[in-house]
Amino acid sequence: MIKYLFNFIVFPGFLFTAVIGLAASWIDRKVTARVQWRVGPPWYQPFVDLVKLSIKEITVPKSASKPLFFFSPLIGLSAVILASTFIWLANMGSWSVGFSGDIIVVLYLLTIPAIALMLGASASGNPLASLGVSREMKLMLAYELPFIIILTVPIIKSGGILRLADLVLFQEANGAFVTSISGVLAILVGIFCMQAKLGLVPFDMGEAETEIMAGVYIEYSGMLLAIFKLTKTMMLVAMPVFLVTIFWGGFSIWKYVILLVVIILMRNTNPRVRIDQAMRFFWGKMTFIAAMAALLAVMGM
Amino acid sequence: MSKKVIPIGPYHPLQEEPEFFTLYVDGETVTDIDIEIGYNHRAIEKIAESKSYDQVTFLVERICGICSTSHPFAYSNAIDNLLEIEVPERALYIRTIIGELERIHSHLLWLGLAGHFLGYNTVWMWAWRYREPILDIFERISGNRNHYAMFKPGGVRRDLDEADFPWIKKTLKGLIPKFDMFKGAVIDDPVIRARTEGIGILTKQDVHDYSVVGPTARASGVAIDIRRDDPYAAYDRVDWKVITAEGGGVFAKAIVRILELYESTNIVLQCLDKIPKGPIETNIKDMPVGEGIGRHEAPRGEVFHYIMSDGGNGPARHKVRAPSYVNIASNKKAVIGETVSDATIILAAVDPCYCCTERMAVVDAKSGTKLMDGQDLIRLSQEKTARMKK
Repeated sequence: MIKYLFNFIVFPGFLFTAVIGLAASWIDRKVTARVQWRVGPPWYQPFVDLVKLSIKEITVPKSASKPLFFFSPLIGLSAVILASTFIWLANMGSWSVGFSGDIIVVLYLLTIPAIALMLGASASGNPLASLGVSREMKLMLAYELPFIIILTVPIIKSGGILRLADLVLFQEANGAFVTSISGVLAILVGIFCMQAKLGLVPFDMGEAETEIMAGVYIEYSGMLLAIFKLTKTMMLVAMPVFLVTIFWGGFSIWKYVILLVVIILMRNTNPRVRIDQAMRFFWGKMTFIAAMAALLAVMGM
Repeated sequence: MSKKVIPIGPYHPLQEEPEFFTLYVDGETVTDIDIEIGYNHRAIEKIAESKSYDQVTFLVERICGICSTSHPFAYSNAIDNLLEIEVPERALYIRTIIGELERIHSHLLWLGLAGHFLGYNTVWMWAWRYREPILDIFERISGNRNHYAMFKPGGVRRDLDEADFPWIKKTLKGLIPKFDMFKGAVIDDPVIRARTEGIGILTKQDVHDYSVVGPTARASGVAIDIRRDDPYAAYDRVDWKVITAEGGGVFAKAIVRILELYESTNIVLQCLDKIPKGPIETNIKDMPVGEGIGRHEAPRGEVFHYIMSDGGNGPARHKVRAPSYVNIASNKKAVIGETVSDATIILAAVDPCYCCTERMAVVDAKSGTKLMDGQDLIRLSQEKTARMKK
């Protein structure tokens, strides 16, 4: 029991992932700044931001449904902590606490932050937030379909393994899935879905600052906003590591850094797309490629 | 989904100036729009009546921070028109150079903002970075990066130093590859195209109906440009062409502005080659009684200044009409039927400048009722003109 709590709260759950995530978000901000001819923040900036936000006043709109407004940030945070605990432990051999089917549990857990965000935003009763919610919801419907399809690729290729740790072991023995055609296609789709799940440009229409003024986050302030931001930062760790785990033969720092660089580049070389364009993209091209990958996996390629 | 109101403004990250668009939306589609301006009225025209002619040049320069030379340009043209004097050749060339350099930096600023509104912050930062060399040129020429204080009725205040010309030419020529980069980024980038093409369309008929001016009109294929239609300064002495595009959407507006960057560079380079030696100002002794109008093709379209003189030290009546005033109204046509995500870039595509557009109304602060609106004020103004004509 103590071990589980330790795993959940300190390592590799909450504290560990949060620290890595904040460091990663600093890299993101620094690289973005350099790309844009700016100087960029010092390394401790994300930590300072978080601390500053936490001690600010929390304002609650009159029209808000209060319990939901207060609890949805916590729901999102706990889901991402649990998901990252599972994902990290799967990469640590004997530490693993996974069970058969934990890949499906993690899949669900990774959708909860977005759902919590929508719950909180719609609880705030702000029209701009509800516009953000409707976009976020459409976006989620769009990217979840190809994302679920590509998750079948490692399961098919490994002959039906549903346990994350066993998938890592299988790849260690038989080579990473990404070395096959179906694996390449799958991780390609996975990268786009990851960008959308992280809510970064070109898929940040849910919070589109210049259109709907931070949309879903508009009524959040202080500690509650800090928790949402922290959730997003931790997703910046959980999602890439999840992709590395199931497609790329387990975690290593350089694999994570490569995916991080891809995320940063994509977000700095694209404008925000419109929600209908995003849906067409995910339900059209991405679903097609994902289905191709699954088909190729069945054929053993 | 029920009908909802999305407010853009009075304080909104879309624009750094106060303005208020009320979007009535059905889901994501905009069904109606209300445009409200007037949050930052500064009574420039009234202040102008209490200043001397020379001081007004500095006053109108402060109407807008971006196109800070457009207003002195049009104002000087108006005074020259009132005095019916010949401005020295060299001064005309210097005016042209300043006006065109300003167009370059204003269009680059718009390009950056457009990128920002689309969520493409890299374009924003890059466009503004390449705007810096232009501001450096201004600093070398006039000592100021933005309010150049170069204009005066009958000439210019400060001469250009021939020793700076090679450096200015080199800086401008060095910018052309950067413009190529932006042109490529807008025309070739599939995502930018997908976001901007076919939205916010103004047809030729709409342009006429709303009397739209400047790049906003030229993007709909209407070739209006004061620089060519009513030549002033040195625009008829250099070789250039009016840029137009077909389509009338946001994409066409971006293309027009980007191609105008090349034309403006071209004009400045030609002026630097052709500029004659000679005086830069005329000595003005007396102001006659009369009226003068001045026009200038500002980066956003035609700026119009009207001056009425009663023979005194300053204008008896000064009227300014800025291009954004007509352009912003065309948003009503362009935005309805589009989605909220496109609305922001469409509203921004006319390159709106609110500070030169403000109009006022007189409101009783206690009850909030409107005592006088624009119509009443126009009537007051006309009555005053009638009194003075007697």
